[in-house]
Amino acid sequence: MGGNSKDIKGFVSRNSIWLILIILILAVGVIQPKFLSVGNMVTLISGEAVRGIMAFGVMFAILSKGIDLTIGSTAALVAVITASFAQEADYANRYFEGGKPLPAILVILIGLAIGVVIGAIYGAIIAYTKIPAFIATLGGQLICRAGAKMYSDSPISKLTESYRFLGHAKIGPVPVIIIVFFLMFAISAFLLTQTRFGKNVFAIGGNDQAARVAGINVERTTVLVYVWCSFCAALGAILLTGKTGSATPASTGLNYELDAIAAATVGGTSHTGGICRASGVLAGILILGVINNGLVMLKVDDNMTNIVKGLIIVGSVILDMRKNAKRV
Amino acid sequence: MQQEYVLEMIDIVKEFPGVKALQGVTLKVRPGKVHALMGENGAGKSTLMKCLLGIYQANSGKIIYDGKEVHFKNTQEALNAGISMIHQELSPVPERNVSENLWLGRVPVKGFKVDHKKMRQDSLDLFKRLNLDVNPDAKMGSLTVAKMQMVEIAKAVSYDSKVIVMDEPTSSLTETEVEHLFKIIEDLTARNVAVIYISHKMEEIFRIADDVTVFRDGCHVATEEAKNLDIDKLITLMVGREMTDMFPKVDCPIGDVVLKVENLSAGTAVRNVSFELHRGEILGMAGLVGAGRTETAEAIFGMRHITGGKIYKDGKELHIKSPEQAIKNGIALLTEDRRGSGIIGLLSIIDNTVIADLKKYGFPLNHKKMRADTEKYVEALNTKTPSVDTPIKNLSGGNQQKVLVGRWLLTAPDVLIVDEPTRGIDVGAKAEIHSLLSKLAGEGKAIIMISSEMPEVMGMSDRIVIMHEGLMTGILDRNEFDSELILKFATSDEKYVKEAQ
Ligand SMILES: Nc1ncnc2c1ncn2[C@@H]1O[C@H](COP(=O)(O)OP(=O)(O)OP(=O)(O)O)[C@@H](O)[C@H]1O
Ligand SMILES: [Mg+2]
Repeated sequence: MGGNSKDIKGFVSRNSIWLILIILILAVGVIQPKFLSVGNMVTLISGEAVRGIMAFGVMFAILSKGIDLTIGSTAALVAVITASFAQEADYANRYFEGGKPLPAILVILIGLAIGVVIGAIYGAIIAYTKIPAFIATLGGQLICRAGAKMYSDSPISKLTESYRFLGHAKIGPVPVIIIVFFLMFAISAFLLTQTRFGKNVFAIGGNDQAARVAGINVERTTVLVYVWCSFCAALGAILLTGKTGSATPASTGLNYELDAIAAATVGGTSHTGGICRASGVLAGILILGVINNGLVMLKVDDNMTNIVKGLIIVGSVILDMRKNAKRV
Repeated sequence: MQQEYVLEMIDIVKEFPGVKALQGVTLKVRPGKVHALMGENGAGKSTLMKCLLGIYQANSGKIIYDGKEVHFKNTQEALNAGISMIHQELSPVPERNVSENLWLGRVPVKGFKVDHKKMRQDSLDLFKRLNLDVNPDAKMGSLTVAKMQMVEIAKAVSYDSKVIVMDEPTSSLTETEVEHLFKIIEDLTARNVAVIYISHKMEEIFRIADDVTVFRDGCHVATEEAKNLDIDKLITLMVGREMTDMFPKVDCPIGDVVLKVENLSAGTAVRNVSFELHRGEILGMAGLVGAGRTETAEAIFGMRHITGGKIYKDGKELHIKSPEQAIKNGIALLTEDRRGSGIIGLLSIIDNTVIADLKKYGFPLNHKKMRADTEKYVEALNTKTPSVDTPIKNLSGGNQQKVLVGRWLLTAPDVLIVDEPTRGIDVGAKAEIHSLLSKLAGEGKAIIMISSEMPEVMGMSDRIVIMHEGLMTGILDRNEFDSELILKFATSDEKYVKEAQ
């Protein structure tokens, strides 16, 4: 056991990402006090919720030394399909002419099920053919996006309020989407640290050969990782369509996988496998949120915002690597 | 005029967070001599060598090399100055071929192009000079661990250094290769190269060492000429107390057959191996590298595809396809490749201990129980670690091995297969592991112990299976044990036939 000061030092070094977040928030807040208002914070978190949930998914893939590039297009496919079942009956441009919307809960379950099936398919391809996850999910990305466009060539809108509940409604002053976001944070943190599944993913990312010898079913666990990833993408799709009230095959979820991967990465998930903390990823999501939201408030132009984002992603990984190297 | 010492490391201190690995140690090495560095697991031997090579930076202390004070900031500088090292843990690039591995980081070039022809020729020349039989075009990953180790040795020699550090170079070699290495070392010292030699094998030390330095817990204990020492004195210096029995084999009642292997085959690596294993028995497996012992274990444990034969446990036929199923059937395997298929480096000692038996901890996982169980095994096996939360890669090699032993004991197997269980483990811990195996056998467990160390197999086994190139050439009872006999069947296809009683 180290002395007290050592414990504090360790604590700070482990949570330095939260420190960075706080500094960022204060910095933006000093220049533009409106940024710190409760209203804006609610906007900020609702804005990041979808990408954030996807980050909670993809962090498992990264932890296992894999990656998931399908997220955005899986979301698009799920979005158009669920949306088509949830259009108001009296809307003129219905995807299914005539007919009635299905009950919201059923539509949501269908959407999540589609996500699970898609994840199971490319999870199995990755696990059993041993092709790199990058390739498998790159292929999946193209296929799912094309699938979404084939399903519908125009946006699907006018969705029922009951379907939009998760993405759009508020309970008192709190948007439901924020509640879902923090719920998903809690669930992923729980999965990661409190279940055999989580421990197994850590082991596989750390040394898959050793994990296998220790009796872990590496293939099954890998499939589950991508099922979870894709489930998060599907949930993201339902929130996103609920929030915006429509699904657009060509643009819904476009590039969301990159934002999710960026957030997980900034949050300290190591691409060489074996390192990940849910709280870090939460901070990573919020950091990118502060940049997205705060820099707009400061009227920084889009290109500049992206440059800052890019620097933060690369810089955070450099810092992480040095921190981990020191522990060697 | 030649200096007395080619290398002096004086008062070296090295601290890691929470551990003082070296507390001011001194090492003086004479040119053209073999200097053995001894000490228990975690004594700081590897750490000192890493400080020398510039892999770690010492907190304080002085390194004088070739008469000048030096301060290597990285391995490259050390290599350029003439100090090379064979690491305790191999780090080959398995997907590339042998010659690329050999010249990694210093490939010969012609203009901008890698000169593959020269690289290949250089490899051939080097192997010829060292009398090694390795194909430079073979993929590194396709070699046996022993061959890889020999390549690693060749690599260290190829730098034409003045000082070569060998950190447990023989831990994955069998006797023939060990002899080969000793020849190489003789040549080196004849050319006035100094060798710093780290090993836990006493016989080796007394065969080749000129000087011996002993560390304990990061402190310098003694430096002596080897001729003034004997095994007992050395052990006492190392562990700080007298060791009584290296092979505390207790005769315990042998029970029913637990595991029966019938004509087991796995490709050409294992051919028609048959034996029975009883409760309370320690069955040794002897043989040279490539004999197929590890492969036999892997076949039983579901890591290797079985092409023929049957395996029965408690009379029931097993169809094991994966380690997962093997563990479910009460079989455990401590593999020989600690780093490749044993430890999960980034994870803590707790995680590494409980990973094979997570079911036990329920849903959600009972972290308190995981910690308590880990602490129990850390204590029982005397593992040296600052805490159970330390990442396992920060432990010394021997202590990592103890954690892995704990991992398998935790699964409470009926059949425990251990592949080179004391590789890289110091004398004290070795005796501990031996007595642990004895105790487990006494509790009715059945144990298969693969070992390339003759005294170990002979000292610990009730019976010994001997293999040669995938074939089982003999099985001896304890009263028939004889090292020459074992060697004979380990080196030829001839089958052992029991003499008429
Ligand atoms: N990177 C590290 N971080 C923290 N502690 C370390 C690190 N490397 C080594 N140690 C600690 O330093 C001590 C000395 O380790 P070292 O590897 O030098 O032992 P060793 O004498 O080589 O043992 P062995 O015979 O088992 O190889 C051990 O207590 C070990 O836990
Ligand atoms: Mg060592």
